[in-house]
Amino acid sequence: MKFWLAQASTSAPESDYLMLALVLASIAILILVFGLMLIYAFKYRATNRMDRGQIMKKTWRLEIAWTIATMAVFFGLFVWGADLYVRLFRPPAGALQIYVVGKQWMWKIQHEGGQREINSLHVPVGRKIQLLLTSEDVIHDFAVPAFRIKHDVLPGRYESLWFEATMPGTYHLFCNQLCGTGHSRMVGEVVVMSGADYENWLAANGAAGTLAEQGKILFMRNGCSGCHGSNGAGGNQSNSTVPAPPLAGLYGSPVTLVDGQVVIADDGYIHDCILTPEKRRVASYPPIMPSFSGILSEDDVLKLVAYIKSLAPEKQL
Amino acid sequence: MHDEAVAHEFQYASASHQADTAVAGMWLFLATEVVFFGALFLSWIFARHFNQAGFDAGAERSELEIGTINTVILITGSLVYSLGVVLIEKGKTRAFIMCAAAAWLLGLAFMILKFAIEWRHDLDRHMFPGADFGITGDLAGGAKLFWSFYFFGTFVHGVHLAVGLGLVAWVILRVWQGAFSAAYLAPVLVVGLYWTFVDIVWLILYPLIYLIGRAT
Amino acid sequence: MSVAEIEAPATAESYLEDGYTLRSWLLTTDHKRIAILYMLTITIFFFIGGIAISFVRYNLLEPQGMIRSAETYNRLFSMHGVVMVWFFLVPAVPVTLGNFLLPLMIGARDLAFPRINLLSWYLFVIAGCVLLVALYAGGVDTGWTFYTPLSSLYSKGHVALAAVAVIITGFSSIATGLNFIVSIHRLRAPGMTWYKMPVFLWSLYSTSVIMVLATPVLAMTLLLLTFERIFHVGMFDPTIGGDPLLFQHLFWFYSHPAVYIMILPGMGVVSEIIPAFSSKQLFGYKFVAWCSVAIAVISFLVWGHHMFVTGQSVYSALVFSILSFAVAVPSAIKIFNWLGTMHKGYIRFDSPMLYALGFIGLFTMGGLTGLYVATLAADVHLHDTYFVVAHFHYVMVGGMVSAYFAGLHFWWPKITGRMYPEMWGRAAALIIFVGFNLTFFPQYIVGYLGMPRRYHTYPPEFQVWNVLSSAGAAVLAVGYLLPLLYLTWSLLKGKQASTNPWHATGLEWQTPSPPPTENFETTPTVTEPPYNYLPAEALDRHA
Repeated sequence: MKFWLAQASTSAPESDYLMLALVLASIAILILVFGLMLIYAFKYRATNRMDRGQIMKKTWRLEIAWTIATMAVFFGLFVWGADLYVRLFRPPAGALQIYVVGKQWMWKIQHEGGQREINSLHVPVGRKIQLLLTSEDVIHDFAVPAFRIKHDVLPGRYESLWFEATMPGTYHLFCNQLCGTGHSRMVGEVVVMSGADYENWLAANGAAGTLAEQGKILFMRNGCSGCHGSNGAGGNQSNSTVPAPPLAGLYGSPVTLVDGQVVIADDGYIHDCILTPEKRRVASYPPIMPSFSGILSEDDVLKLVAYIKSLAPEKQL
Repeated sequence: MHDEAVAHEFQYASASHQADTAVAGMWLFLATEVVFFGALFLSWIFARHFNQAGFDAGAERSELEIGTINTVILITGSLVYSLGVVLIEKGKTRAFIMCAAAAWLLGLAFMILKFAIEWRHDLDRHMFPGADFGITGDLAGGAKLFWSFYFFGTFVHGVHLAVGLGLVAWVILRVWQGAFSAAYLAPVLVVGLYWTFVDIVWLILYPLIYLIGRAT
Repeated sequence: MSVAEIEAPATAESYLEDGYTLRSWLLTTDHKRIAILYMLTITIFFFIGGIAISFVRYNLLEPQGMIRSAETYNRLFSMHGVVMVWFFLVPAVPVTLGNFLLPLMIGARDLAFPRINLLSWYLFVIAGCVLLVALYAGGVDTGWTFYTPLSSLYSKGHVALAAVAVIITGFSSIATGLNFIVSIHRLRAPGMTWYKMPVFLWSLYSTSVIMVLATPVLAMTLLLLTFERIFHVGMFDPTIGGDPLLFQHLFWFYSHPAVYIMILPGMGVVSEIIPAFSSKQLFGYKFVAWCSVAIAVISFLVWGHHMFVTGQSVYSALVFSILSFAVAVPSAIKIFNWLGTMHKGYIRFDSPMLYALGFIGLFTMGGLTGLYVATLAADVHLHDTYFVVAHFHYVMVGGMVSAYFAGLHFWWPKITGRMYPEMWGRAAALIIFVGFNLTFFPQYIVGYLGMPRRYHTYPPEFQVWNVLSSAGAAVLAVGYLLPLLYLTWSLLKGKQASTNPWHATGLEWQTPSPPPTENFETTPTVTEPPYNYLPAEALDRHA
């Protein structure tokens, strides 16, 4: 019988302390409620004819006392849980990015070096890892209990989830959101390896170029370079028939949209620009970017995003 | 109130107690309807917010003329029914029947214009968001969403109006038979509340369908 | 509360004797008969839902699943959820005990709209038939939550039929809620001020507010889903710009308040029973009464706590988390007040009291684990695991079903005019409490260990907990079958019940058991406060 769950990430012990606090608070309250219930049930049973004395008439002092006590305990728990949650969902800088695509009923994982795996995820120990999650069909949920993390995987958007594994080993990966017949088969494993083992694993599973290199091929093949320039330098009269925004250095920079809104060009934004360009069009360019929805798969879009991210900003002279 | 005691159900103290309660019940029912349509309008506005260009491209193909005529028809229908209520309160039963019949005919005219003519035009132009949807290109997605909401929203409104037509017909019949009169008006008032509410729903659908997309 | 002047109408025939034909039942507008019709109907659905889950528990005995087909398994738990939520728990107390007692408790002869009351039962039956057709055709496989785009575009089940069934039962629920609200406002007997009403009515009123203002949103949401399902194009489809999360927002805008539809009436029942069997006034009457209203109001503002890991903004997660803690405060206040009621009482341990104490215990455990999932970071780990399953079963089954049985036993003499066998009642209460904990406590642990919900197969290390849980389910099944047997037996062989077998206060105990069709010979006038229990009397009774 197993009562305890491995703590294999930096946030796992924190999550467990919070859990422990909740358990202790619950036990205290349970002892209070069950204790009073049993004591009263015994002491004030109808057949016990002892004198009950004066029965309390004014109750509001007690009511206010236990209302405030309850609120204070609850507020403490709220703050504790919220603090950890906020840190869990704020992606750290400089994390190793890995792309996850969920589909009925498997997990497809792509590493930046181009390595692909299905239903398993190899990660190095002691490094911050950021997962970019998306789905090809229904809503899935990427959950690793040993890391105490999970996040829904939604079609048509990128969600982010990060962790830092602390203990080499193999851990369960579950889909936690009902996704159809094969829901319970949409499981896999997360393999946490030492840094050296991880490098070896990457080398042994070397693929046809990094994700960005594969993206570059798609960039040429799908005609993106026709407007955006061969290195994403942007289109103007000199090198292209139509004006198109430069893509080099786009990632992480602010973009002004036609409606005046300013957004930061993150993975999700670039993803949307490729598949649903009419939704958030950039200002000061003609609205001619076609949609690649149905032409490119989520895997392909991931590669393109990786390529665009790899394009360094033009050097300032 | 008439002199003779008007019949009422045994849980009520008097006929007026029962009548007031019926009106209160209808108001509460209308509150549920507000929430019901509220969910639709909220979804509609939410979807438009994220697909504005597509929605507007879709909305441009809506039949503004028919929509506007229908709006006038419905408002007039409410007006004449309300006039009828004022008249029957004064004991003018025949005048009420005329008004209610006019309101009923206006409601029917709306249904014919909306479903037999406008929907037919829409379908002929492949506006139903199916396989051979008439709008293609970048904006097809948003336009499909718009037309989904259009057909869904007008259908649900149409069902409500059909129920209203049934209720008004029933009121006309019962007034004709003498069951409802100035002495016992509750059903006439209750149906009137519902009838007007259905119009108010349309007054939100009308700009959502025909106006907002054209304004931008 | 006592009544100024009620002559015992010895000659008036009871509502049960007012016609024996099938027609006299099927076309009745008597709230008491409609309550009986409802009671029979929801009992059938309770056992349908129970059979479905028996197969689920059977399947989980082995890690690779005892049932071959994953699709069958998915349909079984989905049907369990849909049936139990909408065809048992949501209606359970309001349409049976509420329908029967509300007019009696306010001193009225019937609800405000008796024909709408009957209509609501017919809508319920029609909805049930549609659902049975969906079941017979193969069922649904989306879970009771119908998440898009699985339900709208990918599912192979009969989603549209099941959704239509739920929409129709929703209208039945709206009709009931509307009737209750209007009746409480308009039909209270002379002297029955708001603060003289039993707390059960306060909780029914709060429940009705939720039914009336939340259910229409569910109806619209499922209509949109049905449209998308039938025409394969629609509002939640991400490929054309729709948002599948919008469905979740709308769905939980109803379905979280619906959780309180399922528990508030139970709290009301318990608030009647604890004072009656402690022979003591309800402690903090106004606090308990207003806590129901507070729960109803706050319940509309917490739906987002079902979506902490869907990628909603961190700010909304923070707001929803703190509001979820806030909604737990009134529940905690109620528990303390029930304990305060027992303090210095004269406590008797008849079956209704045992069920009510079981309710307090199980509801406390369910409520406390609700804090875990309201705590943001803890929810990240626990979301969509068996922990959540255990949590809401503690509240909705441990809590609500215990309260339903408590109320059923308490008012059984009033409803049927017969006493049930007391020893069997106590035995069943104990078996249910033990069986329940055996079934669901292991699920907390296996949930913490990470076992996801709705899994047909699972890693072998979880097997011990699943076997324990399935064994508990067998005990629980016995516990639920027992009342069916002895209550039925009591209809034929039970002792005749007196007008007020429990020496309880409240208008319903002043009219004969079973009550006459018109409830009261003359409309009562209320002069005394509620729960006017006199300890001295209690002493005399036991002297």
